[in-house]
Amino acid sequence: MSLAVRGGRIVDPANGVDIVGDVLIVDGRIAAVGPDVGREATQAIDARGLVVAPGLVDVHCHLREPGLEHKETIETGTLAAARGGFTTVCCMPNTEPPLDSAGAIRYVRERAEAVGRVRVLVIGCVTKGRRGQELAELAELAAAGAVAFSDDGEPVGDARLMRRALEYASMLGLPIIDHPEDKALSAGGVMHEGWVAARLGLRGVPAAAEEVAVARDISLAALTGGRLHLAHVSTAAALAHVRRARAAGLPVTAEVTPHHLTLTHEAVLIGTGETPGGLAYDTNAKVNPPLRTATDVAACVEALADGTLDCIATDHAPHALEDKLCEFDLAAFGISGLETALALCLGLVQAGRLSLGRLVEALTVGPARALGLDRRLPGLGTLSPGAAADLVIFDPEAEWTVEPQGLVSKGKNTPLAGRRLRGRVLTTICNGRVVWQE
Amino acid sequence: MRERTEPRGPGAGLREPAQGWRRRHLLDLDELSAAEIELVLETAEAMQEVLGRDVPRVPALRGVTVVNLFYEPSTRTRASFELAAKALSADVVNIAAEASSVKKGESLLDTVRTLQALGAQVLVMRHWQSGAPYLVARHTQMSVINAGDGWHAHPSQALLDIYTMRRHLGDLKGRQVVIVGDIAHSRVARSNVWGLTKLGVQVVLCAPPTLLPPGLLPGRPTDEPSPFPPVTVETDLARALEGADVVMALRLQRERMEAGLLPSLREYIRLYQVNEERLALARPGALVMHPGPMNEGVEISPGAARSAQAVIEEQVANGVAVRMALLYLLTQEGGSRA
Repeated sequence: MSLAVRGGRIVDPANGVDIVGDVLIVDGRIAAVGPDVGREATQAIDARGLVVAPGLVDVHCHLREPGLEHKETIETGTLAAARGGFTTVCCMPNTEPPLDSAGAIRYVRERAEAVGRVRVLVIGCVTKGRRGQELAELAELAAAGAVAFSDDGEPVGDARLMRRALEYASMLGLPIIDHPEDKALSAGGVMHEGWVAARLGLRGVPAAAEEVAVARDISLAALTGGRLHLAHVSTAAALAHVRRARAAGLPVTAEVTPHHLTLTHEAVLIGTGETPGGLAYDTNAKVNPPLRTATDVAACVEALADGTLDCIATDHAPHALEDKLCEFDLAAFGISGLETALALCLGLVQAGRLSLGRLVEALTVGPARALGLDRRLPGLGTLSPGAAADLVIFDPEAEWTVEPQGLVSKGKNTPLAGRRLRGRVLTTICNGRVVWQE
Repeated sequence: MRERTEPRGPGAGLREPAQGWRRRHLLDLDELSAAEIELVLETAEAMQEVLGRDVPRVPALRGVTVVNLFYEPSTRTRASFELAAKALSADVVNIAAEASSVKKGESLLDTVRTLQALGAQVLVMRHWQSGAPYLVARHTQMSVINAGDGWHAHPSQALLDIYTMRRHLGDLKGRQVVIVGDIAHSRVARSNVWGLTKLGVQVVLCAPPTLLPPGLLPGRPTDEPSPFPPVTVETDLARALEGADVVMALRLQRERMEAGLLPSLREYIRLYQVNEERLALARPGALVMHPGPMNEGVEISPGAARSAQAVIEEQVANGVAVRMALLYLLTQEGGSRA
């Protein structure tokens, strides 16, 4: 049983490949990559004029199951992933109940096995109940298959507990993913503290709330030698901290979201569609960390280009309609991002601010290595022979309009409604099986 | 009912559409032109004439239902809108929605849909969350009047403030209005900034840095645009008062101290209370205003509040005429809904 993807532009940054040729898949694994290697395959996909890349890897998404199935399920979330070109997603443990026990982790893995379109890896809680008071049984979570630990949605607020988490997890070789936010500084804020918040009369979250937490986490990584991964870094000064930490050789990795690479806090003001009174108060642009300034966005793009940031992670945060169709202060934080991530980021390539190779790297082998997933799944995020045959085939020129009702995720909460994007996923292949086809 | 016919005044049968008014909602003054503000003020003058009659009532809104939906306690604004609606012969429904009703599960939009289904045409709403009336305006056929949303806007208050200033000072262009106090959390200050600057007033905002919106902090480095039209920001009250034609003190809420924004009431009073001694630093006869409710002895001294310069009660009285003008204007555009 063999499948060939023929004649596409193959971009495989881990192997330094950017050629026109074929990818040959045999028995669910990559067999060969090169000109004409797919000639003898029993099945073929014509990829001429298209880009063929390793299946995308998302180290940060919310699948909402168990407990919040009205927002998303493992089935719909992984379908959204497949549509977005993702073949591996790591789901965050802020479910109901939180994934702080071996049983809960196994439940998600079994559900994913049964109904998931793509590979699901599970992140366990750092603390029991995500309450930030006592460490969860990290070794047991690891034995049940947890690939990392995070209380995402909340920071590990207590610095001493964060220190212990980094120390303890180091024996397991697994990273602690922190959501860097100093809650005393963010103090109930609902958007970035800046001119838009002042204009709208909304409580702001200062950039310093993130920067203080990033600086603290880096100091603790230095103190403990533990593996720290920083979730959704969004400010220029936080990136400066990360850059210094990397230069000092500290074991710190960091991710950025597609929306923090492309949108500013003005999105809350302007919104999409008709806005009586001219002020949108767009709850679909309400996200934590908040959308920041143009300076911060530029710094994120630069840090992604120069390698300060390891990867792009969607922070796909689907919500039900009623969670967003309400007063701004009451609205849930989060953006449904799996299906728009690639096209949104391709805009950076089209604008000449990022190379296609670097973008693909940051969506594939970058995240795989950041969390050490490639040790568990050799070749993850690459087209290396022997690796699982995970591929995305996309048309970098195809334009489409984001229509929230057209998303396959249950979360229609996107600030991109009506926006024209260029770049469309046509086929997603996971373990050699076509899991999405336009 | 005694009736008179005037070229521009609202006579008994006042039904002709007001010239130059095309709006269905009043959410804030930022979107109004100077001409539209003038039109509201002129209409309010005509309404004031109505209020001076023996029977202060005209049938302009007969058959129109006005709902006052208040999610925050309010005495003067709610009563003022109610009196205004009644003076125009509208039917008025008052709803004091508790904050807890949200927690009980009925969403704001559900409530609004219900009111619309019951036949209301005008929704006057007060909400403790900034932007709530904007959400409602997007999802209703009713005319929405923002009677105060969170820290964001209170356009009818700003209009009555401007109306009051105009009655005493005439043309406001080039005048200097000093707003003192908790600017950061003040919807009154924000709406006044928009309205006054459109009329060519120089606005001076005076507060300690912890009570200023972050975007206005002097000396804070930023490459961001200003959230407001050009205003002067001054942390020193004595300097702020130089040349002032109007001094407006804002209510100081006790939570601000609890939130650590101020060291003590005592220090606030010492630095920012509007009192008679400080009033001497302003222009002679400068108007003293306050949007209420006042904490006498805190942001304003009893002497200043009751001085000959104070027009605080007049603000309240003028509020009815201004709100009549708003109700009238907003129901004329597309008035066939009535």
